[in-house]
Amino acid sequence: MYYAVTIAVLVTMALALTRALIGPTVYDRVLAVNMFGTKTVLLFSVIAFLSGRPDFLDLALAYALINFIGILAVLEFFRSRANKRAEEQRGNPADGGETD
Amino acid sequence: MTVLFGIFLLTLLVITAVAIVQTRNLFVAVMLLGIFSLLIALNFFILDAADVALTEAAVGAGISTVLFLGALALTSERERLGTQHRWLSLVVVTSATLVVLYATFDKPLFGDPGAPVHQHVAPWYLEKTPEYIDIPNVVTAVLGSFRGYDTLGEVFVVFTAGIGVMFLLSAHSGGANRRKQEASGIGLREHLIPRVVGRLLVPFILLFGLYVQFHGDYGPGGGFQAGALIAAAFILYALVEGEERTLAALPQSWLNALMVSGALLYGGVGLAGIVLGSSFLDYSVLSADPIAGQHLGIILIEAGVGMTVTGVLLSIFHAFAARDQA
Amino acid sequence: MDIFLNLLSWVLLSAGGVFVLIGGIGALRMPNLYTRMHAASVTDTMGAVLVLTGVMVQAGLTLATIKLGAILIFLLITSPTASYALASAALLAGIKPDAGQAADRTRGS
Repeated sequence: MYYAVTIAVLVTMALALTRALIGPTVYDRVLAVNMFGTKTVLLFSVIAFLSGRPDFLDLALAYALINFIGILAVLEFFRSRANKRAEEQRGNPADGGETD
Repeated sequence: MTVLFGIFLLTLLVITAVAIVQTRNLFVAVMLLGIFSLLIALNFFILDAADVALTEAAVGAGISTVLFLGALALTSERERLGTQHRWLSLVVVTSATLVVLYATFDKPLFGDPGAPVHQHVAPWYLEKTPEYIDIPNVVTAVLGSFRGYDTLGEVFVVFTAGIGVMFLLSAHSGGANRRKQEASGIGLREHLIPRVVGRLLVPFILLFGLYVQFHGDYGPGGGFQAGALIAAAFILYALVEGEERTLAALPQSWLNALMVSGALLYGGVGLAGIVLGSSFLDYSVLSADPIAGQHLGIILIEAGVGMTVTGVLLSIFHAFAARDQA
Repeated sequence: MDIFLNLLSWVLLSAGGVFVLIGGIGALRMPNLYTRMHAASVTDTMGAVLVLTGVMVQAGLTLATIKLGAILIFLLITSPTASYALASAALLAGIKPDAGQAADRTRGS
């Protein structure tokens, strides 16, 4: 019974990876990485039971916490980059911003 | 079935690796490197190597992404095209790949009980751990006691990396261009929900980090993973509350003390072995009962590893973040 | 009783797998960034709840159930927050949620 869930989660990870590769904006890629992270947590939990080792659940718990921190760090990076662009534009009006 | 999952994940890994090398936008490369680390951690997990999977997930997918983004904030986002020596490197890489592929034909099959790796050292460790050290997690026994020298080297490598980064990044232009970060509205500090959730989670992550530190004897865990988790907790606090308040909570002097005392603790335990009459890093003499001595030694050195890793990761993060503000 | 528990966990796990798959297909085929975010975040949380509850039913009353409960609580708290932070960052960076259009437009293009 765990095999069906594992296959579903693996297929979803492949789909999320595709979105990370082709996403036109950076936010698509961040979304894909976030989704990949939560699917990894699920996969850790299910495979830990599948292989009969419930003490491997610590990994799922650790990664559930770290995934959140990674996404917040990415968004903080965007903020500081936008601030820098705003500063540069105020100092040099001929500068254009770049997307992606 | 495990083999099929492994092959699927490895295929995704190859696709990700090709995409990382192809892209010229370094931010995309950093995001894909996070996915790469997760795929590798899953591969380790499927092969039942839980300690390595935990370290890879915590350090590779979590902390490394944050540090890469910190570095990207200081440089540009587009990769510059390299030099023109493409044909020579292509020939070298292709010939090396062909040689390695040819060498893999001689490898024993996956899981073959007659393979050399299962004949000499591994059964000895598995047999002797209950006799000499008596802890359930053989990985920690090997890492902490049987191969203690290697782990000592690792701790000092981490320490050297920390010192190196601090030398490079602390030599910035003083406080000359220190400007106040204006609230642009995108920031996490201005939004209530991430702040509340972040502040709620920090004590739990710290508690879990301590759990992982001391649980290394019984399950996946140990110093490296715990150091990464505790550093992640402080990084979360810095992301939602700001650099200054984090440095007020855990000043740079404490981080320096953590780095140094972790490495010193490890070396000190080793020297204590000599002082008490045996050889370097022999924990059996630390207590009256040799097995209790081994337990004590492993707890102390894991604490040393955890302290150094926490101090180094947080110092590197603060070095990047402070450079970004100035 | 055993059969009932097995059936329950089988139903929960299958439903969770279906939700997870729907989320993956939605993230790939939806036309706009915000619709993709909607698909990914809603199905993420729901799928995680169903899958983890299914595994908890299977685990019985052991330490593993408490750990799974902790993972579930943390996912429930952090996953919607991450989606909120992502959506507000995208909105404030200028990507417009065009309801009538089928493509992303950024400010200035």
